[in-house]
Amino acid sequence: MFETLTDKLQRAFKNLRGQGKLSEEHLDAALGEIREALLDGDVNLGVAEEFIAHVRAKALGSEVLLQLSPDQQVVKIVRDELGDLLGREARPQFGSRPPAVWLIVGLQGSGKTTSTGKLGKWLSEHGHRPIVVSTDVYRPAAREQLAQVAKATGTPCWPGTGTDKPLEIVRGATREAKLSASDVILVDTAGRLHIDEELMNELSMLKRELNPAEILFVADAMTGQDAVNSAGEFHKRLGVTGVILTKLDGDARGGAALSIRKVTGAPVKFVGVGEKYDALEPFLPDRIVSRILGMGDVLGLIERAEKTIDAKQARDLERKMREDEFTLEDFRDQLRQIRKMGSIEQLMGMLPKVGPFAKIPKDAAIDEKQLTSVEAIINSMTARERADSNLIDGKRRKRIARGSGTTVQEVNQVLKQYADMRRMMKQYGSMAKAGRLRGLGKLAGMK
Amino acid sequence: MFSLFTKREGSLLDRLKQSVAKTRTEIAARVEQLLTGNRPVDAELLHQLEAALLSADVGVRTTKEVLAALREQVNQHKLEDAAALKQELKRQVLKILEAPAAPPDGQPTAAPRVIFVVGVNGTGKTTTIGKLANRLKGEGARVVLCAADTFRAAAIEQLEVWARRAEVDLIKQKSGADPAAVVFDALSAACSRGADVVIVDTAGRLHTKSNLMAELEKMKRTAAKVVPGAPHDVLLVLDATTGQNGLNQAREFFSHAGVTGIVLTKLDGTAKGGIVVAIARELHLPIRFVGTGEKVDDLVPFDAQTYVNSLFD
Repeated sequence: MFETLTDKLQRAFKNLRGQGKLSEEHLDAALGEIREALLDGDVNLGVAEEFIAHVRAKALGSEVLLQLSPDQQVVKIVRDELGDLLGREARPQFGSRPPAVWLIVGLQGSGKTTSTGKLGKWLSEHGHRPIVVSTDVYRPAAREQLAQVAKATGTPCWPGTGTDKPLEIVRGATREAKLSASDVILVDTAGRLHIDEELMNELSMLKRELNPAEILFVADAMTGQDAVNSAGEFHKRLGVTGVILTKLDGDARGGAALSIRKVTGAPVKFVGVGEKYDALEPFLPDRIVSRILGMGDVLGLIERAEKTIDAKQARDLERKMREDEFTLEDFRDQLRQIRKMGSIEQLMGMLPKVGPFAKIPKDAAIDEKQLTSVEAIINSMTARERADSNLIDGKRRKRIARGSGTTVQEVNQVLKQYADMRRMMKQYGSMAKAGRLRGLGKLAGMK
Repeated sequence: MFSLFTKREGSLLDRLKQSVAKTRTEIAARVEQLLTGNRPVDAELLHQLEAALLSADVGVRTTKEVLAALREQVNQHKLEDAAALKQELKRQVLKILEAPAAPPDGQPTAAPRVIFVVGVNGTGKTTTIGKLANRLKGEGARVVLCAADTFRAAAIEQLEVWARRAEVDLIKQKSGADPAAVVFDALSAACSRGADVVIVDTAGRLHTKSNLMAELEKMKRTAAKVVPGAPHDVLLVLDATTGQNGLNQAREFFSHAGVTGIVLTKLDGTAKGGIVVAIARELHLPIRFVGTGEKVDDLVPFDAQTYVNSLFD
């Protein structure tokens, strides 16, 4: 079974209950579990061990062992320290004189070109006039790729045709930027290994020529132990000013972020969270702490809910729950809102694997298609039927099944789900009326 | 049939040695230092071996298991000195890597043999296909490439360049086309042209995206309709810099796409790609090839012995 860090910590500390005082041995057992969690999360071994030593000193200093729930205390210290290490949210820099140059560097396949496209879009949306240029004269169709990405995001792109010298290409782009009054030049570079002398020198040369305001190291969130070597070498050669952590929409824990932060000192400035060009977000350190430890991203889930759920609709829903007026129409609205938040799988991935969620099997097959057919079934009802489900007799059920391309059994199932949900809401509603659920109003009214 | 998945080829050793010589990671050096000579076996030694395995991305679980086996033998006084320990450690890792059944080599299938190349974004699928096409062509096979990555910008153009370099045919449609339709076209064309091999380039996809994994399943079904038994091989391309997530990737692609083997790319850097040990252990998937650079001939068959030596020598 999939044992969570919290479970393990509780186990590590369990022996001490009833034994009176905790010993340092217990603490070390717990720290051993945390070390494993960090390693499972791809934090570099050296970084993890240094971190553990630090937490140990801190825990002893704050007399964790005398506390009531030492496991929670230790987790708190770990989280705080991880948060400190990752730093605060960092703003991108634009230098003093436009056009500012952002140099995008990294290993092959880390996602430089896609990130460059996303940055172009992000900058445009934040009142800038970016222009993109690719100096990747090596990989087949690399420049073509950026040109297509730029076209898709509506960002100007300097094609640099007629030359295959990176230096000449960026000089052309700089001229163009000044002519077109662009204020940020995004320079996409070829992917390279950090031990490739020749190509690393090329980057140094580009840096000297361009004097960039940002040198952004693009790192794949799935990177393992080697992150310290590659990021360290890029930093040594170039002085990385920020990190873009990509492919964070997968299930990688992203411990490389910690390793990279440790060796470069540079903050993560953006994270890539999808294949669409608007899937670029500023980095929020709190989020990734839970993720690295394998504890889910509840904050992200709440934020996503806040972004999607309409406050007025939420208030209406709350009233309906209280008045027991929850109709099939409302049921459909609920479904739609959930689907707007993202794929079910993605949402599930954000839940912690503890508490009430621990029992959800890892591969719980929640079929998106099922949601589609539920919606189709409700759509096939008449307005009157949606308002009053008691109307729906056997004949109507048959018609609805035909109309939605489903079976009567499926229609029955939806109606049963709706009835269950309504019963549940009635309970909540009467609880809220009795004032036992004061939080609910706040939740429903949140913006 | 040509030697698509033969084993052993001297050049892997040379290449790995080259790349190791280039970097000579401190871990490998440290282990060697530790393990030569008659140093007695002690806790510190085992601890450092653990560090070597973990630093190569082998992962906590597999590392623990390997070390537990070693410790047991130490306790039984079977391993007296560091050199013997090193031998045993190598043997353990080798055993894991060699456990997967040998690839179905050279079995005469009705042509064409269909190879799907799958993986998450940015692992080097297209580059690997270019190299693989070149390799098969060199062995006298008639190769057709299928540009079924219709999603990523300029993916088709990239594959076109590789097809030209390897002088093989390419079947493509427009960007944004249904990848299963491209597979259908390519396989039909390959049949009528009497091709020996079709290599299908698929779009990079995160293994957590169920709709994209379903798309892959559809492409497989389409392939089987045109060529019975296709795809004959499904190669998962794995980046050597990948950490523990590699195991999740392998699991998901294995269950959805029926992966039959692994190609480990970017082994010319400082990353060791040790997650393949964990993958071989859990899923019994063989590693077929390793990628060691950007040139067209930088793809060589995997050899477990050589790989293990590169981890510890």
